[in-house]
Amino acid sequence: MSFPLLSAITFTPVTVGMLLLLFPADRHTEIRITALAGATLTLFLSIWAYVSYDISLAGYQFVERLNWVPALGISYYVGVDGLSLPMVLLTGIVIFTGVLISWKIDDRPREFFAFLFLLATGVFGVFVALDLFHLFFFYEIAVFPMYLLIAIWGWKVTREYAAMKLTLYLFIGSVVAVVGALAMYFASGMNTFDMLALQNAHFPADFQRFWFPFIFFGFAVLAGIFPFHNWSPDGHVAAPTAVSMFHAGVLMKLGAFAALRVGVMLLPAGAHYWMPWIVFLALINIVYGSFVAMMQRDLKYVIGFSSVSHMGLVMMGVASLTPIGITGAGLQMFSHGAMTALFFACVGMIYDQAHTRDIPSLGGFGAKMPLVAVAFIIGGLVSMGMPGFSGFIAEQPIFMGVWAAGQTTSQYYLGQQYAWIDLVAVIAIAITAAYILRAVHQVFFTKLPAEFEHHVGDVTILDKVALVVLVGVLLALGWFPAWMAPLVASSAANVMTILQGAAG
Amino acid sequence: MIAPYVPADWLVLLPEIALVVVAVLLAVLDVAYPQVRRTGELGIYAGLGIAVAGVLGIVFALPGSDRTLLFGGMLRSDLFAFVFRMLVIFAGVMTALLSSGVRGVSRHGEYFILLIGACLGMNFMALSADIIMLYLALETTSIAGYVLAGFAHGDDHAAEAGLKYFLFGAATSGLLVYGLSLLYGFTGETGLAAIAAAVGDGQVPPAALLVINMLLLAGIGFKVTAVPFHFWAPDVYEGAPTPVTAFISTASKAVGFAVLFRIMSVTVPMSAYLLPLLTAISVLSMTLGNLAALAQRNIKRLLAYSSIAHAGYVLMAVVTISDLGTAAVVFYLITYVVTNLAAFAVVIIFARVSGSDEIADYAGLSRRSPYLALAMLVAFLSLAGVPPLAGFFGKMFLFAAVVKAGLIWLAIVGVLNAILGIYYYLIVLKVVFVFPAPEGTASIDVPRVYSVALAVLCIGIVVLGTVAGPWFDLALQSAQGIY
Repeated sequence: MSFPLLSAITFTPVTVGMLLLLFPADRHTEIRITALAGATLTLFLSIWAYVSYDISLAGYQFVERLNWVPALGISYYVGVDGLSLPMVLLTGIVIFTGVLISWKIDDRPREFFAFLFLLATGVFGVFVALDLFHLFFFYEIAVFPMYLLIAIWGWKVTREYAAMKLTLYLFIGSVVAVVGALAMYFASGMNTFDMLALQNAHFPADFQRFWFPFIFFGFAVLAGIFPFHNWSPDGHVAAPTAVSMFHAGVLMKLGAFAALRVGVMLLPAGAHYWMPWIVFLALINIVYGSFVAMMQRDLKYVIGFSSVSHMGLVMMGVASLTPIGITGAGLQMFSHGAMTALFFACVGMIYDQAHTRDIPSLGGFGAKMPLVAVAFIIGGLVSMGMPGFSGFIAEQPIFMGVWAAGQTTSQYYLGQQYAWIDLVAVIAIAITAAYILRAVHQVFFTKLPAEFEHHVGDVTILDKVALVVLVGVLLALGWFPAWMAPLVASSAANVMTILQGAAG
Repeated sequence: MIAPYVPADWLVLLPEIALVVVAVLLAVLDVAYPQVRRTGELGIYAGLGIAVAGVLGIVFALPGSDRTLLFGGMLRSDLFAFVFRMLVIFAGVMTALLSSGVRGVSRHGEYFILLIGACLGMNFMALSADIIMLYLALETTSIAGYVLAGFAHGDDHAAEAGLKYFLFGAATSGLLVYGLSLLYGFTGETGLAAIAAAVGDGQVPPAALLVINMLLLAGIGFKVTAVPFHFWAPDVYEGAPTPVTAFISTASKAVGFAVLFRIMSVTVPMSAYLLPLLTAISVLSMTLGNLAALAQRNIKRLLAYSSIAHAGYVLMAVVTISDLGTAAVVFYLITYVVTNLAAFAVVIIFARVSGSDEIADYAGLSRRSPYLALAMLVAFLSLAGVPPLAGFFGKMFLFAAVVKAGLIWLAIVGVLNAILGIYYYLIVLKVVFVFPAPEGTASIDVPRVYSVALAVLCIGIVVLGTVAGPWFDLALQSAQGIY
């Protein structure tokens, strides 16, 4: 048997986290170094998985399978394909940069890193899951540490409220999806939670139509789909920097990913039936999110609502049910994950020095922390979908997918309207440019207020490393999309095969 | 009818015989060893003694898949009963260990003897296959329980708890025995199997069966703290010595469900009323328990209401009348016993130092004792049903059984209740982890016995929550042949 790479990726963080708990609480330096070592190892393993995936074979690779609860057909079953592998890589990057950014945490760092690593294990576990039960198991592991991470280390003003709101929203979504998953399990009559087997269960169409919303919306809550997005900006703002990065960067993708993997791939006929509605809701996400972002004074809320808007693009790509749209959604998940992590990292660094995030009272930070300014601007360009940056590579296919959906699928009663949907969605890009440029101008280029003159300085070398890594990823995808796009496209083709099977 | 004497019958009862021996030894020790010199060793001895009974049972008296009637049909030995007996013994061991440092009980030999008596009664409740045996066992358990609940000398709360427990217990047990006597009156039989056959033949008129069902439900509902027979629970849980609360809320409740299954195997085939009634009780229990728990400020009362809610979850799977449902219940009860014992262990350890059970006083626990706070996190999140802890698989199996039975609406009610549960468990954890400790509070030292007990319980929670396969297989095997 070959090296169990995916298990190693999944369990390295939690092992390191448990190890940290054995340290005496006051050995902060040792704790941080161990955490960084664990994160580096995790990043290394996920890069290893990424480069050793054989795209010519496509499909699920590094598969491992063990019986878990054989009586109910529950197995520990992992494997990655072109959709999950970029997510694994992204999680590795975000945990690595997140630990670097969290170096300054002084209140119980041992527990902080332990919970953060537990969260990472949950996230990895979901991305590599090929068993439905396995997926839920790790999904909920990924949800609950958020509560403590936000409530203990978050922004004092709103943390308790935001943490509870987020946890309840996500758990409600998850348990609703659980009921749907159990219904699928029993309806299939196959006594297995194996998702690859359940793909061939051929559920009756009315069954799929009934249960699809349970599964899809249950997960899409975590992706922040309108009207269940409300927890997300509050949660992002209240969370400590590394957790915001993790949360917006990776956790929201978990929702979109699971909605695609479980909802669309297991209930394709349901997906066909419901997709016009989801496109519509995603459109609201995109436009409404960007307008609300424009109205914010708090820099972190701007980024928080921009996440709502960008996740709308992911949902829209999925909902187009076209190969190019789904490819775009996969790329957007990766691109937005790295981009929003970068944004939150920058905002965290500014807040650490200025102790305020109120945009009008900030200014002139470009001179004080040039690298942060450069990073933020690059993030902004990605966010606007500027060619040459990863956002363009990801968003363009989504719009093409929606357009293509309108061309080919006239049986949907919204089918003819898809071109209009594209046009409306593109407006959001302009709005994005407006709020990003406004923030960039005010925060980095106006005159530095006198109160910041003395105590604002440059960021630490660790912070810089984190920024450079994230910027590097965004530029690499923008300039050479070939290292990821074919990979995602190969899996999007697989999704299409399933969807066409249901349509035909 | 006189059954032939079978020596092997006694082997089945090895754990119970061992319990009696331990009780006698403790009585001797109690006389021989002056009370004033004791620190906490009595509890440790009692715990070890009960543990030996459990080990003997597992090594020598493990029933395979065979189901045998013993002692002229008084007892029924099967895996189902065995699982519950071991569960009782496990709870007994933990309770004895947790009692070893609690003022007012730890130096009293009779306390531990009563505890063993309660264990014995519960074991026989799980074993009984005859309504007379059942009632005897139930009363043995209850009377020991009444005394234990009121045990702490000079504590008015404990005395009140004991009396309340006794009054409610006596009343519901009266109802139960009335129901049993009606069953006997209509069928002329005392063996559960014979009664089931007679009920199946239609010897009991439907109206009478309805009355009988309600009477029996009152008796069992008291044991499992299901609404509307739950009123005693918060007061008794709060007032009784905490180890006793832990014992009553785990072992007593688990065995209550075992008896419920035994009796349902009699009454279910005929009764059209029982299932809607039980479903209603289930929904009421979880909803009321969870809503009331939201408002609690005392941790023992909070756990009391949460245990009412948990009874509701379990009943949800009971009404599916299926092997999967029964297995889910058995598995859930295993996880619940371990988890709730851990939760109460934390409460006991905290109260030893702070002398308080108020949730507000838990503020800053994570700084005063990080590991105790982590143990509390594990226990409470397991109660909330969060992976990778025991409660997650427990809840998933329950919901699976409910969905399989087609009761989608009940599953939805159940999962929404689980959300309510998460809310108030997190509120407690917020106090523990987020709020600062008041000025001048010292760190909390945990005696070694408590560390060991708590570590065993927490590891148990994680093991049940990760390596769930073998345990569920066990539950599934024990569930076979209940109906």
